[in-house]
Amino acid sequence: MSGGVDSAVAAARAAEAGHDVTGVHLALSANPQSFRTGARGCCTIEDSRDARRAADVIGIPFYVWDLAERFREDVVDDFVAEYEAGRTPNPCLRCNEKIKFAALLDKALALGFDAVCTGHYATVVLNEDGTRELHRASDMAKDQSYVLGVLDEKQLAHAMFPLGDTLTTKDEIRAEAERRGLAVAKKPDSHDICFIADGDTQGFLASRLGKAEGDIVDEAGTKVGTHEGAYGFTIGQRKGLRIGHPAADGKPRYVLDISPVNNTVTVGPVEALDVTGLTAIKPRWCGTAPEGEGRYTAQLRAHGGETEVTASLTDGELTVSFAEPVRGVAPGQAIVLYDGTRVVGSATIATTSRRATATA
Amino acid sequence: MAYLDHAATTPMLPEAIEAMTAHLAVTGNASSLHAAGRRARRTVEEGRETLAAALGARPSEVVFTSGGTEADNLAVKGLYWARRDADPRRTRVLASPVEHHAVLDAVDWLASHEGADVEYLPVDRYGRVHPETLREAIARDPESVALATVMWANNEIGTVLPIRELADVAAEFGVPLHADAVQAVGQVPVDFAASGLAAMTVSGHKIGGPYGIGALLLGREHTPVPVLHGGGQERHVRSGTLDVPAVAAFAVAARLATERREEFAREIGALRDELVTTVRALVPDAILGGDPVERLPANAHFTFPGCEGDSLLLLLDAAGIACSTGSACTAGIAQPSHVLLATGTDPDLARGTLRFSLGHTSTKEDVAAVAEAIGPAVERARTAGLS
Repeated sequence: MSGGVDSAVAAARAAEAGHDVTGVHLALSANPQSFRTGARGCCTIEDSRDARRAADVIGIPFYVWDLAERFREDVVDDFVAEYEAGRTPNPCLRCNEKIKFAALLDKALALGFDAVCTGHYATVVLNEDGTRELHRASDMAKDQSYVLGVLDEKQLAHAMFPLGDTLTTKDEIRAEAERRGLAVAKKPDSHDICFIADGDTQGFLASRLGKAEGDIVDEAGTKVGTHEGAYGFTIGQRKGLRIGHPAADGKPRYVLDISPVNNTVTVGPVEALDVTGLTAIKPRWCGTAPEGEGRYTAQLRAHGGETEVTASLTDGELTVSFAEPVRGVAPGQAIVLYDGTRVVGSATIATTSRRATATA
Repeated sequence: MAYLDHAATTPMLPEAIEAMTAHLAVTGNASSLHAAGRRARRTVEEGRETLAAALGARPSEVVFTSGGTEADNLAVKGLYWARRDADPRRTRVLASPVEHHAVLDAVDWLASHEGADVEYLPVDRYGRVHPETLREAIARDPESVALATVMWANNEIGTVLPIRELADVAAEFGVPLHADAVQAVGQVPVDFAASGLAAMTVSGHKIGGPYGIGALLLGREHTPVPVLHGGGQERHVRSGTLDVPAVAAFAVAARLATERREEFAREIGALRDELVTTVRALVPDAILGGDPVERLPANAHFTFPGCEGDSLLLLLDAAGIACSTGSACTAGIAQPSHVLLATGTDPDLARGTLRFSLGHTSTKEDVAAVAEAIGPAVERARTAGLS
């Protein structure tokens, strides 16, 4: 229970359905700070209090479990290391894979619980043969199956998402919370990375990695500016490049490539961002791994749309080609493959291929 | 439900509820001069006399507060300020490291904001400060000591400290000694006059009285600087309109707790011994915390190696047993007990603690409930391990 409205309603629904529910708030920051304004993610004392208050109203026990050390090792340090390597990680996927449905789940199972229930919008389908499938939420607009794409079937067998299978809008969830007397009904949504409370990712990375001045170059390798750390950029980024003079053709320039080895950021026109294919590593399958080449829809970002792809798995590496070129694909991001609404699996993007050149 | 957390709070005695409710319906500010005020004042002063008699103090030595925490703050900060004002050399504060946070945090605040030099007195493995330890600490530079504070009985591990002997040492040097006696009243003999203490903290809701009231027993020769300024009630030491119904109920509870103390110690002590024997039989490696003999009759404190206290708490709660890990928490996150750390316990071990505290409503059924639940709970908590 993060202290937000979704997990509070999820807990209430699970309890109402007759489950023996215990509320758990994860303390993920070694030094929890209190932010009076509240609602900036899931690491504050304020949020812990909101979660406790909701649990009391629902009438379930409530505990704070301190997983700060595991979170730091598996999520925060990984986040920093990925940026340092020029990649763009998604810490929420990592947290679901390593914390919520691993460290938390393991402890819960050991203590005699059967499942971890969260406020994610996704659906678990139990097949007749006892296997389970993860599907998109009934409401595609709120679907969060992307960040759960890292779960394998064993994890799924101990997952419950009470919000996923109902066609309820966020407004209706808030109304339900209000009806249930949950004070978090009007609490704003959190969108930011929970361990960067002020939302300043660049500042956070700078404090962890320090400044490392380097060159910004164009596609031809000509220096067009300088930067204070290649890790501060994301492929597809346009703002904040601070290149003094315009490009020869006068068109805006975008980050095309980040090379941590020589601390260089390459910029170029928007067309050069078009990606036709990619390779991805560390695949995790929800069920059995697919064999041969298959056609899927893919999602490349938490709030991104669907893209038609052809994918095949060779020696644990996924090779994907897009039916139509897509923009703003960065190594480090996760690609989640779907068969209709069913999550097939996910993998971490390692390389992308462009029309003109391939980048490592 | 088996309620075994009386050290956190214990049910109000029926007689105290009766006294409280009787006075809730009566109007009157004890500071007013008219008839309603006089009536209220009479209730307060009779309550003060009853409380004083129960605890071996003079009525004029009773300063009512909002509870134990306020009384501790008034004693520690107020005496520090007063003693330092009288002689600027007095900046040393001697404290046991096993104090309740109401004392510890007040002492630490004096260090961080008022220039106090805080010295924590070493304790033995049962959490006891030896009189010789206090003597050494004071004798190093008697003129610089503002005050010393050592609790009468420890709220976590139940060890009873040698307050009389410690007070004798402090008196030799003219140093005021304060004791937090919140857990001691009603369990061990507590006599303020005989103790030789300068100040002593007591609380209402730990002895069958209401929440939100306590008192600092304060020798007439001590005038702490107030923490709360205002209308000048309570010897000008603690301003604020007195809570008449709470005073009446607190006094009744103090009187009964003292009258029934021997019987309580005998009967509840026997029940506690049964609980200890039962737990040790079912979990042979459980370690009993605190002094095995010089301890509160209602306290049973255990360390379960390899377990997280929080996990045990969760599992026992689910089995209908209310107990405590005994240690404070920060933002709900369990921390290793500062009391156990002070006694030299390994930090990992110090995370696996449970405190069962019995009280006037405890029964054999409560012990039976623990007997049924503790084995499987420890087994599961061990599997979950230390996260």
